[in-house]
Amino acid sequence: MGEFRMPSLGADMETGKLVEWLVTPGQPVQRGDIVALVETQKGLFEIEVFEDGIMGEPLVQAGQTVPVGTVLAMISSGTEAAARTEVQAEPPAAPAAAPPAESPVVPPVAAPLAGSPGRFACSPSARRLALELDVDLATVRGTGPGGAIQRSDIEEVATARKAGAAPVVALEKPVAAAPIQPMDAETSAARMRQAIAAAVSRSNREIPHYYLETEIDLSRPLQWLAAENQKRSIQERVLPVALMLKAVAKALRDVPELNGYWLEDRLQVKTEIHIGFAVALRQGGLISPALHQVDRLSIDELMRAMADLIERTRAGRLRGSEVTDATVSVTNLGDRGVKTVHGVIYPPQVALVGFGRIAERPWAEGGMLGVRPCVTATLAADHRATDGHQGALFLEALNRHLQLPEEL
Amino acid sequence: MTTLNRDHAIRQLRQMLLIRRFEEKSAELYSAMKIRGFLHLYIGEEAVAVGVMSVLSAEDAVVATYREHGQALARGMSAGSIMAEMYGKKEGCCLGRGGSMHLFDAATRFYGGNAIVGGGLPLTVGLALADTMQGRSQVTCCFFGDGAVAEGNFHESMNLAALWKLPVLFVCENNLYAMGTALRYTQANQDIAAKAASYGMAAAAVDGMDVMAVEEAAGKAVAHVRQGSGPYLLECRTYRFRPHSMFDTELYRTKAEVDEWKQRDPIEILADRLVAAGLFTAEEKEKLEREVAAEIEAAVAFAEAGTWEPVEDLTRFVTSERREA
Amino acid sequence: MSESKAMKATTYREAVKEAIREAMHRDQRVFLMGEDVGHYGGCYAVSKGLLAEFGPERIRDTPLSESGYVGAGIGAALGGMRPIVEVMTVNFSLLALDQIVNTAATLLHMSGGQFNVPLVIRMATGAGKQLAAQHAHSFEGWYAHIPGLRVLSPATLEDARGMLWTALEDPDPVLIFENNTLYNMEGMLAVDAGPVDIDTARVRRPGRDITLITYSASLFKCLDAAEVLAGEGIEAEVIDLRSLRPLDDATYLASIARTHRVLIVDEGWRSGSLAAEISARIMERAFYDLDLPVERLCSAEVPIPYARHMEEAALPRVDSIVATIRRMMSHG
Repeated sequence: MGEFRMPSLGADMETGKLVEWLVTPGQPVQRGDIVALVETQKGLFEIEVFEDGIMGEPLVQAGQTVPVGTVLAMISSGTEAAARTEVQAEPPAAPAAAPPAESPVVPPVAAPLAGSPGRFACSPSARRLALELDVDLATVRGTGPGGAIQRSDIEEVATARKAGAAPVVALEKPVAAAPIQPMDAETSAARMRQAIAAAVSRSNREIPHYYLETEIDLSRPLQWLAAENQKRSIQERVLPVALMLKAVAKALRDVPELNGYWLEDRLQVKTEIHIGFAVALRQGGLISPALHQVDRLSIDELMRAMADLIERTRAGRLRGSEVTDATVSVTNLGDRGVKTVHGVIYPPQVALVGFGRIAERPWAEGGMLGVRPCVTATLAADHRATDGHQGALFLEALNRHLQLPEEL
Repeated sequence: MTTLNRDHAIRQLRQMLLIRRFEEKSAELYSAMKIRGFLHLYIGEEAVAVGVMSVLSAEDAVVATYREHGQALARGMSAGSIMAEMYGKKEGCCLGRGGSMHLFDAATRFYGGNAIVGGGLPLTVGLALADTMQGRSQVTCCFFGDGAVAEGNFHESMNLAALWKLPVLFVCENNLYAMGTALRYTQANQDIAAKAASYGMAAAAVDGMDVMAVEEAAGKAVAHVRQGSGPYLLECRTYRFRPHSMFDTELYRTKAEVDEWKQRDPIEILADRLVAAGLFTAEEKEKLEREVAAEIEAAVAFAEAGTWEPVEDLTRFVTSERREA
Repeated sequence: MSESKAMKATTYREAVKEAIREAMHRDQRVFLMGEDVGHYGGCYAVSKGLLAEFGPERIRDTPLSESGYVGAGIGAALGGMRPIVEVMTVNFSLLALDQIVNTAATLLHMSGGQFNVPLVIRMATGAGKQLAAQHAHSFEGWYAHIPGLRVLSPATLEDARGMLWTALEDPDPVLIFENNTLYNMEGMLAVDAGPVDIDTARVRRPGRDITLITYSASLFKCLDAAEVLAGEGIEAEVIDLRSLRPLDDATYLASIARTHRVLIVDEGWRSGSLAAEISARIMERAFYDLDLPVERLCSAEVPIPYARHMEEAALPRVDSIVATIRRMMSHG
């Protein structure tokens, strides 16, 4: 019993419409005989049988369109009686033994580097370099096209760090990043506010702050200062704030957990102590440029550095590293008349030290009441990084160092 | 007319029969999707391939078209290797990479098989050029159709062959149709053999349905070429009984015309001649048919049993694998 | 490399001619075939005098039948010869594109490994001579797209002299593109200059700041540009591709690993250019080395015009290369 199927007549023939049977069931046919007419997109074809036999009942009727390979009729050999079994007009089995559909070997694609912080426009090479040099991209300001971070930006950070600078802290989000440069006052102020807004919002959102404060008796340091300043010219005079900053730096040596960054769910303690100290700008707004390695500066060096920094800050001539390097911040609002500063930490820093005004206060000691020049020192700290215990230790150390001004 | 040599004629008959039945089988297998792509059948034109091959020697080279099963078989390629090739099997003559239109065989100096109409003509010129430059006296025979005569390659190749006096036998199989376009719609001058004169080339036209006539004419042509007289154009006037390819409804010609040409079936012409001369019986024809059927059946079995070239080998033979020192 | 080599002053044209002469003497199967190679002495005078030296069989003038004689070259190669087919310019090669792509490049694969085609085709290419659109194409990139072909671009005298023999030894088809503006180029060449490899790219000028990838006549524009930039403290590393298919990826990737910046200079039109292919490969394999996006400097996408200032504007130039690199280096 042979199967007479809808033939494939061309590569793009998928179906054929049986238009007319040219033979009748029971009719003997020979190989090569035309038995039906089939219509395709190319037109009308006569289709032939490829074997001798007796034509069976049509399984596909005139007018039907069927896929190529569909059995149209059975052809019995001459000796058999035509079987009456119903054969369904099924679509054919898939063409015999199609070759395995394997795709040719595809060249391997390098796996992407894991672990880079996302979100910043950064060249691939800079990103890799940052990983190698342990530079936090979040702290880098980019100077490439469109503000993208480039290798040179990473290299600058790394070089600064080698010279003692810590990895940088971004004050502004890189998306709005622009190198500090002279610009018109209004734009500058607006930008400033935006940046501050972003920073404090983020701080408020992300950092669980805790606050500690202490009253520090400044009589000894101020006395020492007065004596020192007598030996100096007006220009070389040392201000109390220098003592405070130096004391902060030394106290941070004692409690290093307050000098570092909270990144990727852990505290990265920094060995260099760069104190960002807030400088108010005339046009409004605030910048906290970093004084580098305060713990290693003498009081005079510190004074000079401060003066220089303030001048350049107000003139808009800060270096990138000065904007981004601070490992801790100090806010001194004493000259504004504020008693106590409850600050907001600049992420990813974990502490902010505040000083209020120096004012005379009643002081009880040894059962005696006196009047001492005092300052309220506050610590705002990130509770993820430290507890009140460390914070208290810090403030205690701060006081201790201030009481020994000759060693600052 | 050449004297009928029984053995020779029966060999030719067998060859034509082999081609005929092979082509019929190919049509069946194509309908059953064993053979894919395009299929161009040589049915009706057998006398041309068989007649011309009869006068070519093993050292000669053959270049053909996409309708080249007849030439391939007549040249001596096995039915199995051609069938397996059309099945796409590794055991095919080209590892299954060429298919029906691109049969190649280094052993028989069969340089394809070409899907570009007229594409083989410049190649032919080059092969003959190499022979000339290396002092060899063999012939390069190129088969092409009436459609190719319109291509620039035909004119460039005819001119080059004549200009450099190359040993080329140009065989034009004029079956009156370039795919679906009749000769009268493609050639301002339909006399193809006459075109050779414009290149200063010798030529002749012959009845392509009569294998003995073809052999005689081809013999004269090849003699001309072999003795160094330059190229020769032999126009064989023939007809394909089947459509251009499988997927062709033949809207461009009438059934009556086809039937008329079928009266001049080259196999019948030779068989009748043999029978009339008392050199052949019906039983002997039956025997031939059975032999041929067996050969084809074996070829199909060979193809069916064949294997697929591994996909990993896809990039093999883009460049040669062995470099010469 | 020996320290004191005898050198002689020569030209690119002379170097190519010497290469042909040497090949013809070395191997009797080698012959030159093309339009006006014999009696005329070659469109670019490359084969001047060779007809007298080797005769008309081996310095074979052809009719204007690009498809015919390129195909004949294929056939001759199949028949045991080692033809050098000269197509006057890449512009005319379009008439032979079918033979090159559908036969020469394809035969080996399609015949299942039976027939390789040891054919060399030389073509002049490029713009710059005010010959207008139909005579100014740079289609090396197109040909470099085709599997089965080797595509070479000799820019230097050494390569003009040395690539031909190596190409003739290749069992597969090789296309050699000679930029038409280079034929008159003068320089010193070792007297015993011989075959060179056809597989590798070369660093023609080392530099640390940016990798310049180029080929053909653009090489010299890049070298000039590098000289200008060096005066500004920018050190460009200039790489001559030499082989356009296959490309020597390793050389330029190693360079980019050091410089992190890339400019590709390609005289072809930008879209779908060879430069685009190289840029994609750099993306795939040197992404993490990049400090800047890969840039390309190609011909403007116009048919090349006749008027000199317009033609110059359309092509890569020393000043546009310099300006592009300055801009790329201006960040960070």
